[in-house]
Amino acid sequence: MSLLEIDNLSLTIGDTPILKDMELSVAPSEVMGLVGESGSGKSMTALTVMRLLPHAARATGRISFDGIDILAATEDQMCALRGDDIGMVFQEPMTALNPVKTIGEQVAEGIRWHTKASRAEAEDRARKMLDRVGLPSAKFPLSRYPHELSGGQRQRVVIAIACALKPKLLIADEPTTALDVVLQAQILDLLRDLVAESRMGLLLISHDLAVVTEMADRITILRRGEVMEAGDTARTLSEQSHPYTRQLAQASMHVPARARPHGAGSGQALLQVESVTRDYPGRRTSLLWRAPDIRAVDDVSLSIAPGRSIALVGRSGCGKSTLARMILALDRPTSGTIRFRGETITGKSEAELKPARRDMQVVFQDPYGSFDPRQRVEKLVAEPLHLLEKKPTRAERREMVAHALHEVGLDQRDMDKYPHEFSGGQRQRLSIARAIITRPKLVVADEPVSALDVSIRAQILDLFAELNQKLGIAYLFITHDLTVARAITDEVLVMHDGMIVERGKTNEVFDHPRSEAAQALVTAAPDLHRAIARRMQEQG
Amino acid sequence: MTLHIDIPEETLSDILAKAFRNSAFVAGFVITLLILAMAIASYAWTPYDVTRLVISDKTQAPSLAHWFGTDHFGRDILSMVMVGARNSIAVALVAVGIGMGVGVPVGAFAAARGGLVDEALMRVNDLVFAFPALLSAIMITAIFGPGAVNAIIAIGIFNIPVFARVARAGALAIWPREFILAARAAGKSSTQITVEHVLPNIATLLLVQGTIQFALGILAEAGLSYLGLGAQPPMPSWGRMLFDAQTRMVVAPWMAIFPGMAIVVTVLGLNLLGDGIADILDPKSRRQR
Amino acid sequence: MTTYLLKRLAIALATLVLASMVVFAVLEVLPGDPARLMLGMNASADQVELLRNQMGLNAPLVLRYLRWVGGLFSLDFGRSYTYSVPVIDLVRERLAVSLPLALIALALSTIIAIPVGLFSASRRGRAGDTVAMGAAQLGVAVPNFWFALMLIYVFAVWLRLVPAGGFPGWGAGVWPALKSLLLPAVALALPQAAILARVTRSALIEVLNEDYIRTARAKGLPYRAVLWRHALRNAMIPVLTILGLQFAFLLAGTIIIENVFYLPGLGRLVFQAITQRDLIVVESVVMLLVAAVIAVNLIVDLSYAVVDPRLRSRQ
Repeated sequence: MSLLEIDNLSLTIGDTPILKDMELSVAPSEVMGLVGESGSGKSMTALTVMRLLPHAARATGRISFDGIDILAATEDQMCALRGDDIGMVFQEPMTALNPVKTIGEQVAEGIRWHTKASRAEAEDRARKMLDRVGLPSAKFPLSRYPHELSGGQRQRVVIAIACALKPKLLIADEPTTALDVVLQAQILDLLRDLVAESRMGLLLISHDLAVVTEMADRITILRRGEVMEAGDTARTLSEQSHPYTRQLAQASMHVPARARPHGAGSGQALLQVESVTRDYPGRRTSLLWRAPDIRAVDDVSLSIAPGRSIALVGRSGCGKSTLARMILALDRPTSGTIRFRGETITGKSEAELKPARRDMQVVFQDPYGSFDPRQRVEKLVAEPLHLLEKKPTRAERREMVAHALHEVGLDQRDMDKYPHEFSGGQRQRLSIARAIITRPKLVVADEPVSALDVSIRAQILDLFAELNQKLGIAYLFITHDLTVARAITDEVLVMHDGMIVERGKTNEVFDHPRSEAAQALVTAAPDLHRAIARRMQEQG
Repeated sequence: MTLHIDIPEETLSDILAKAFRNSAFVAGFVITLLILAMAIASYAWTPYDVTRLVISDKTQAPSLAHWFGTDHFGRDILSMVMVGARNSIAVALVAVGIGMGVGVPVGAFAAARGGLVDEALMRVNDLVFAFPALLSAIMITAIFGPGAVNAIIAIGIFNIPVFARVARAGALAIWPREFILAARAAGKSSTQITVEHVLPNIATLLLVQGTIQFALGILAEAGLSYLGLGAQPPMPSWGRMLFDAQTRMVVAPWMAIFPGMAIVVTVLGLNLLGDGIADILDPKSRRQR
Repeated sequence: MTTYLLKRLAIALATLVLASMVVFAVLEVLPGDPARLMLGMNASADQVELLRNQMGLNAPLVLRYLRWVGGLFSLDFGRSYTYSVPVIDLVRERLAVSLPLALIALALSTIIAIPVGLFSASRRGRAGDTVAMGAAQLGVAVPNFWFALMLIYVFAVWLRLVPAGGFPGWGAGVWPALKSLLLPAVALALPQAAILARVTRSALIEVLNEDYIRTARAKGLPYRAVLWRHALRNAMIPVLTILGLQFAFLLAGTIIIENVFYLPGLGRLVFQAITQRDLIVVESVVMLLVAAVIAVNLIVDLSYAVVDPRLRSRQ
């Protein structure tokens, strides 16, 4: 018998339909994966089960949990279920904990509320739970506050809260999306163990097909509020009988077609970074004393030949973004030099940097944050033209913007729109249009596709590859996603604790990592091919 | 404290359509417009001449001839309320202008430069903040003597740190955005970035603060002229009218009621307007509906 | 923690020193010679010069500033020209009226505002919230001295429950003295309470939208428990900020309100001192009020650290 059974669930918020005739079930000690792109309604499904929907939401259909009709239950009944029989883990660990309460208070609170245990008893159980999720008492006493913990540690606390009373069902909504791959693997392992230990049902919600494939026994694929396909994970993904399933799977493994890289090995390096170090002053510990400086980038050297595509990979906080900023002359190295086209750019004034900036542009991760919402596309895309020696006339400027938009697959009529009129993928195209309008030799792309849905991601990767072929632009791709690095780059640099610990041909490094850091990344990185193969093997 | 700014992403017509469905905005807008109209109309026409004293008509209760009654010199209170509006609005508006004109550049500059410049400017800000408006008004009056101009200066000085704080907090929330980094990568200077990207994005924040300070200015001006530190007779002002009414509360309560109501309605209108604007432009309020 | 405390303390002291310079400088540039004022128009130039020397008015600026500041520390504020008594005596006497008035008003406004804010936030959008916030909106718009006049009209003139003004002094007994402070305190408190209630409500509503509120709800806590245990403390920071600012407004407000009710407080003292050009009194009282504002802001800064553990560990 199923633990959770959702039948014919439809949900509207205001006048917007969110779910249509949704069906899903979770059995005890089963992991059900719920997959879908953004806006497919997967998070709303979780909140409906918890009955924590916004006020304007209306749900019809049937949800039964352990014999209880959830949609008809009173608020008191729901309060008795939440935290006791159903636990939930959220996406954003940084904001999921109350900043003014200790982690002990927060874990013990639910225990005391549901079991009426004494404070000492509850704290005792909270302590055991925190030990269980990997926060031992020596380093993580109950009196710690959330801001003293890292993102991964905070997510462990959230899991401890959700699992403190051994719930029958755990709902995890994108529990690892905000974490880097190594932490992701650790948290997924923890969830898997907890499920096995207590015969808990797990509803795992994710946009990442590879993660779900590794974790889930069965899988439900959701698109725009409707279930596309549901069934055994291995079979569903190996057969790929539903067109949408096939589309998702292919997009997840997409590799853009690329001929041999431009100008490989020819002549002088485009960019040379020589023993660059960047220190940040340590935290002030008292009026007179500071903690020692923090070395974000430690003696890094690299060079990029014209037209080449290089990946810089590493865990979050390894210093890769700091390095990128120094290359872009948005931050100054503490020591070392950076040469672009043979000229030193470190320590130059803004006016002296103009020619270099013209040939070096940037694409950022967040397609929503990288445009000033108050300006029209024409002005936004034209912003780097400010760097040209000769100011273009208005007509010339429009002509150049139109050309750039055309190159990234947008219509020139788009130039009079505002950024909010575009989807996430289109905005990333705009971002690229802005980067190539001055015909740069190098584009630094900081996680350019990690905020995009897989199908959009595939298209943007194609665009990057195409522009590399057509315009001979060299790329420095900063990413934590090895699939992306493999898809689009020739060489890879692995960064760890501010240092470059390994470098080489992308495929060679990823297939045979030598350094510990690279090995950790490769083992932790979810890989759909590998995950499906493993599933098939397990089932014979 | 950090400030979180959600930048609304809508066109002007969306915003206008929403504005006229927002009851606070509509009420505030209409009241403010009426008060402004009244002040402007008073230049062309008032029921009676406010400078002429008709002793035979003194302290008359409201009637058809004098809707709001008359004061102890036989002047028509309605006419005086109309003329008094000019003074209140002028003082409060210019004081907001001073506050914005000095405070916003200071706040935006502090945010753009950061470090020691920021720290120093904010300490000066704290200093000005330590002098409540009325106290600085009293000091200024002690030097230059009472008058509307000195009231403006006193209230204006008090407005400066308010706008500096709002502008700085707003700008600090904008600076880490990626579009600012993109502008820097395009070689824009921090002044260009402030003018082109930062100020337009904090304009609504400043507008809302502007209406709040406008309303506070009306209240402060009334307080100052009540104490005799603001506009001087024979120029009618709401605060001064209340001062004259105080000793005559028993015989002529209308002398106190109507000017006071004028202040309440004006301030209410401006506050509703500010609330309305904040509501319309805050995407969070949409989410909560 | 100590770093934070020390830093805030240093800032408060620096502000205080700068403020004292400003006050001193402003009164230095004032027209009118205090010596001449004291002796009257008939005094000869020699007599005035003699008195100037005696009063130390001919000493260099820096010396006079230091002497003045030194005096402040030893509670020697100088002598009032018009009252011919030490300023400290005047201040002490007047403080006995102003301080209770400000404290009663602050307490009153807090006691009214916080529950109203909580009530409104927990019944967001319902009739109770609309009525409470409508009343608050009106309260913000009412000038306190006009409100005071209306209170006098209703409670003193009409109902004759309390005196219309004046202060019998604490010597006349605690109750009669308190009674005459009642209306002024209400007049001061209500507009401030309206502001505070609005801030409390919006701070709570902001906090109620945070992720950790959802986490708490997912633990099985009912809405009310979440409001009390999780939302309230997080909403305290903006509320504390406004409370601090309000103290400055209350101090300024007492200047007006004391004039409405003819209360012999600091506000009335400074106001009269200005009209009589009794500079030493103005100087001292303004400095005292500014010091009070700075001190309250320091207290607010320190209470942030009590509320928010993040401030305790950071600088």
